[in-house]
Amino acid sequence: MTDKILSVKDLSINFGGLKAVDNVSFDIDRQEILGLLGPNGAGKTTCFNMISGVYKPTSGEIWLNGKRTDGLPAHQMASLGVGRTFQVVKPFSGLTVEENVIVSLGMPNYNSFTRSCRFWHTKANITAANDILKTVGLEKEASTKAGLLPLGNLRKLEIARALALKPTLLLLDECFSGLRHEEIKVIEDLIRKIREQGVSILLIEHNMRVAMGLSDRVVVLDHGRKLAEGTPEQVSSDPAVIEAYLGKGESTDAA
Amino acid sequence: MSIYMINVATQIIIQAIAACGLNIIVGHAGQISLGHAAFVGIGAYSNAMLTTVGGLTFWQAMPISLLIVGLVGLLCGLPSLRVREDFLAITTIGINFIVVAIFQYTPALGGALGIGGIPNVELFGFVLKARPFFWLCFSCLVLVLAISLFFTKSWLGLSCFAIREEETAASSMGVSPVRAKLSAFVLGTLMAGLAGILYAHYMKFISADSFSFPFSVTLLSITVVGGLGTFWGPVVGAVVLGILPEVFRPLVDYRMFLYAALLLMMIRFLPGGLLGGSDLLSVKNLRKRKASATKGGDKS
Ligand SMILES: Nc1ncnc2c1ncn2[C@@H]1O[C@H](COP(=O)(O)OP(=O)(O)OP(=O)(O)O)[C@@H](O)[C@H]1O
Ligand SMILES: [Mg+2]
Repeated sequence: MTDKILSVKDLSINFGGLKAVDNVSFDIDRQEILGLLGPNGAGKTTCFNMISGVYKPTSGEIWLNGKRTDGLPAHQMASLGVGRTFQVVKPFSGLTVEENVIVSLGMPNYNSFTRSCRFWHTKANITAANDILKTVGLEKEASTKAGLLPLGNLRKLEIARALALKPTLLLLDECFSGLRHEEIKVIEDLIRKIREQGVSILLIEHNMRVAMGLSDRVVVLDHGRKLAEGTPEQVSSDPAVIEAYLGKGESTDAA
Repeated sequence: MSIYMINVATQIIIQAIAACGLNIIVGHAGQISLGHAAFVGIGAYSNAMLTTVGGLTFWQAMPISLLIVGLVGLLCGLPSLRVREDFLAITTIGINFIVVAIFQYTPALGGALGIGGIPNVELFGFVLKARPFFWLCFSCLVLVLAISLFFTKSWLGLSCFAIREEETAASSMGVSPVRAKLSAFVLGTLMAGLAGILYAHYMKFISADSFSFPFSVTLLSITVVGGLGTFWGPVVGAVVLGILPEVFRPLVDYRMFLYAALLLMMIRFLPGGLLGGSDLLSVKNLRKRKASATKGGDKS
């Protein structure tokens, strides 16, 4: 077993002519919180989609726990321990909040036909789902239809479903956006607690204070390329990074 | 009950059984199918051939027929894994036309004349006709409803709901879209096959045009009118659409037109179907959710 939970090597993907991600490489250590930053359209979500098996990379390699996983379908990545949230929330709107979490709890049951014929509405599942809902602060909404929740609660539901997979690698895509200040603090603490339990976390976040505060290390992407990598202090003083975030207006003016 | 009423009720029950299958495919797993009548036909033709040419009894032929329907369903379900929703509608229509053409142009299957002389169902030496046959169909409907209920309570059913609501999210939660969709499709076609088997022994004579595309539309209308994804929906839909034509007999030539009008009205005014009261609510919720999503500055 390597000390890296995830290694991404020369990862690239093209959409038509657009190189959304272009030769990006980075690693995540066990129990590390790695921030994946960059301006809008930098290719962060696309990286998540490749790591979680939603997209197949055009080229490059993804190694999870020393096993090559690029090109595997999403449900296999889930069973390998990759949990994720979606930036554009994707609740199962017609199901209740509790049922949303139970779908995710059932992962061990989806790998054989006979097992998947068993009942899902068991006491054990309901207890487990409600425990997870409690950790994200959604226990009061357990029997609400997910489609009825406001955005803030949908973000928490995204985290709850990802946690229900019992992931070893957690991918969080802007899970703070749309949350109120107090809620942000709760989720920050939750993320630290999850890490204490041995989970490695890859985090996309636009709120710099939150991102820099949580991350052990940061990787910055711009236009699909890796721009910088290092501790939050190193990166925030990197002229190239400041240019990418602040210099945007000037360069478009000049063009 | 008069013989006339028993006949109407038997037909309604047979359609309800087929609609239960369609409800699993369309209502529970969210895949559109416009060729469901093909599988009713395959069930009917299989049992008709096995009992007439093959000389088997109804009960001996039934498991073989179901096996045939299941295998064809598995084969036809494969495209549903590859193609997008709108294209799936066209694919299933295509399947319907191909199957009907095979019935019509294969001399061994009776060709344009169809198959006659299908024997009565016998049970413990009794011939099941009229009233007893109605009870046989009724028992089959109870069985099919029980299986539907079991399906919604199983992990398989839950994973189908998840796929229907959000396929990407469901796969990222460990659900294999292939297994979920294919299982729902095969289960749905098996129910269609059972309906076909009963139909063959009820009519005693079958021909290809009974299983053509308009019958698929009728079945979809039943499912939508009753309420997609609801437990009693297929039964309520079959009763409503089964009694209406009896009441409006003079309008029988315009039946397809009426179904189309009914479908459009339902989609416009009652998208959840007669029993989908809570779904009506959720359309409102959908709007609410969209509004809150845009408020949160989310891009879609
Ligand atoms: N499925 C797709 N098809 C075509 N282009 C895509 C697709 N997904 C992403 N892109 C493009 O790839 C680029 C990177 O998008 P991505 O969503 O990864 O950015 P991001 O870094 O997550 O940005 P944001 O901070 O706004 O979420 C964008 O130009 C986007 O339009
Ligand atoms: Mg993004």
